[in-house]
Amino acid sequence: MIRFILGRLIKAVFILLAILVFNFLLIHAAPGDPAAVMAGEAGAADEKFLADLRARFGLDQPLYMQLWLYIKGAVQLDLGYSFRQQMPVAEMIGDRLPATLLLTGVAFVLSLVLGVTAGVAASARQGRWGDTLISTFALLFYATPLFWVALMATLVFSVWLEWLPGFGYSTIGAGYTGMAHVLDVAKHLVLPASTLGLFFTAIYMRMTRASMLEVSRLDFVKTARAKGLTRGVIQRRHILRNALLPVITLAGLQAGQIFGGAILTETVFAWPGIGRLMFEAINQRDYNVILGVFYISAAMVLLFNLITDVIYVIVDPRIRLTT
Amino acid sequence: MLNTTKLTAAVLALALAGPLAAQDGEPKSGGTLNVVIQPEPPSLMIGLVQNGPTQMVGGDIYESLLRYDFDLKPEGQLAESWEISEDGKTYTFKLREGVVFHDGEPFTSADVEFSMDKFLRESHSRMRTYMEHVESIETPDQYTVVFNLKQPFGPFIGIFEPGTAPMIPKHIYEGTDFANNEANNTPIGTGPFKFDKWEKGSFIHLVKNEDYYMEGKPYVDEVYYHVIPDAASRAVAYETGKVDVLPGGSVENFDVARIQAMDNTCITDKGWEYFGPLSWMWVNNDNKPLDDVKVRKAIMHGVDRQFAKDALWNGLGKVSTGPLSSSTRFYDGETPDISYDPEKAKALLEESSYDGETIRILGLPYGETWQRWAEAVKQNLSEIGITTEIVPSDVAGWNQKVADRDYDLAFTYLYQYGDPALGVSRTYMGDNAAPGSPWNNVANYQNAETDKLFAEAALMASPEERKAAYKEIQDQIVEDVPNIWLLELGFPTIYRCDVKNPVNTAFGVNDGFRDVWLDK
Repeated sequence: MIRFILGRLIKAVFILLAILVFNFLLIHAAPGDPAAVMAGEAGAADEKFLADLRARFGLDQPLYMQLWLYIKGAVQLDLGYSFRQQMPVAEMIGDRLPATLLLTGVAFVLSLVLGVTAGVAASARQGRWGDTLISTFALLFYATPLFWVALMATLVFSVWLEWLPGFGYSTIGAGYTGMAHVLDVAKHLVLPASTLGLFFTAIYMRMTRASMLEVSRLDFVKTARAKGLTRGVIQRRHILRNALLPVITLAGLQAGQIFGGAILTETVFAWPGIGRLMFEAINQRDYNVILGVFYISAAMVLLFNLITDVIYVIVDPRIRLTT
Repeated sequence: MLNTTKLTAAVLALALAGPLAAQDGEPKSGGTLNVVIQPEPPSLMIGLVQNGPTQMVGGDIYESLLRYDFDLKPEGQLAESWEISEDGKTYTFKLREGVVFHDGEPFTSADVEFSMDKFLRESHSRMRTYMEHVESIETPDQYTVVFNLKQPFGPFIGIFEPGTAPMIPKHIYEGTDFANNEANNTPIGTGPFKFDKWEKGSFIHLVKNEDYYMEGKPYVDEVYYHVIPDAASRAVAYETGKVDVLPGGSVENFDVARIQAMDNTCITDKGWEYFGPLSWMWVNNDNKPLDDVKVRKAIMHGVDRQFAKDALWNGLGKVSTGPLSSSTRFYDGETPDISYDPEKAKALLEESSYDGETIRILGLPYGETWQRWAEAVKQNLSEIGITTEIVPSDVAGWNQKVADRDYDLAFTYLYQYGDPALGVSRTYMGDNAAPGSPWNNVANYQNAETDKLFAEAALMASPEERKAAYKEIQDQIVEDVPNIWLLELGFPTIYRCDVKNPVNTAFGVNDGFRDVWLDK
């Protein structure tokens, strides 16, 4: 086990490096550079203004030199400076990470718990109205674009009913502390987290249901039933445990994205997270920030893939790990 | 029918809101002002960064010597009085006494000299060109500044506003690397509000400057600028009462009518007179068949700008008549006719060298309205028989394509800064056409006659002479149609009617909330 994990970690480092180089080249292949964007926003700029900016950002150096400097920094965990904000990228990501983790983390747990529960419930009632109801809802949320759900949720719960704040992380200027602050953030979290969670809930539900039905037709389930075990025990210990493998695969993928943030949800709900930081950085060609976010997300995806593999073994002892 | 009524109401509200808002009642002190900011600025240091949002927040923190009313007439700000010599070459400013920066240091003529001569010359592209006209700056005493110009330069009196000539504290910046000075993160000016906090991605918080030199001002205790990236969410923010002021361009045009119908909501299109934002399509005068003036004229007459104004811009703004905005000095409304006339356009096209080539249209990637506008132009042009294709891009890509002259027609809009010598000549001067910049003479319009007139008109001492020169220029340029002028854009500021005076100069919300008070 330890050998497996170590082997995978070493591989991961090389994959990460390759991803970095690829991302670097990709982002530099896009037309325009951060100096041109900044000058563009000013609506006027002369040669000196652009040249000064490019020199300050190090963009006047040849591309291979820029790549070398970036990789050198990245290996030492130095993500460089944001051209635009004049701040270390690590600090900017650090500032945004808590908000993103809260949003994606809550949405992740919510969708996993809700999705699996609903999936189990639906499969137990296969073909009856309960199953139809759950499946219809799942299909609806699976098929509806996220941004539309977000806008409609804001319209209903924020504009019409006035139950929940429609955007933001906390009430600006209220100065809440302690419990009041926690409650305030929680209130702001409801709409974005449920919007983001709904889509994944639907996926988990459909996957759990299909997988449960498949497993329930296998011979060992018949054996268990013949042994006289109760319905509940069979569902929980025999079917669910075997049916969970594909769900875990998917959860591993979603977990990897937790650190990448959720661009759409964060934008619509003005949630100050990583996804927005990255999206804005792409538009502004703020190279170091984009690469920094890619770096962190890539590392997390690799890490969560590894964790997923380990969890397989725990859930299903038949699986053996080999490097 | 319903739409027409709404539109009329919109126009009426626009006409009334400005003057009404400025009049009623005694100002009350206190309260919080919540304003939308979009996009989030890269920095608040207005001397280093000149984009819209930076100017909007920076205009509360920094001030210049003057400010300008809706007719661009100067009023004193940090200067108490000023004098221009007979020959138009010496400008003498008397500064207000007892003004202090936010850190308590006094503001004196040394700061003016430092800002204009060192800081802005080094870091502000527009100021760099303006300062070329200045021979020397003298500071005979703490409160007097004298600018000696090399030759008369009429527009000079129009540059003393915070976005162009902000007064920067010498004691903080002298001898440092301006761009990397730590103080850029905690900007210090003389303005009515002090910087307090910037929660990146969420809000910027300014607080009242208790030591402000104007008795009783500012009235409000604090200002929050809310960063809300999605246009629909910004509309919701206003509808749910989270923000009270939506600066021009904060919400999509198609949402304006709905928001405006809300109770206690005022709207004004004033506050853009200095900028005079004029939109046009660059025409690549070097590309065939656009080098043919008949093709350009056909396009000019073939584009239905009234439709764009009514359908895409909610009836806001004005159909342009040529290279100058009507709020810019020396605007001439009597230029040759360029109105919508598809029949004339077809006839012109018939006589021209156009031979069915596909012409590329590069839209401006600034949201829905601009995208639809490109589509409308495509349809207009297909009706007169020109084949076009729309080229998609994002902001950085647009900049690159325009700078590299990789386009046929490209949407843009630019500010005019109140005077044709500051904001118009750069678009048409023949020697300002080198590729590499998307803000110079991108069309590569070459006309020796207008070049000469532009150069002379900037340096004429008498306004009457300048007026005559600019009239000739406008007639000539409209005749040549180097670009397809579209609309003088209207960016309405929407606000709760109990927020008094949000817009009272030619800079609108960019001029700071010095005079704003809340009638609650």
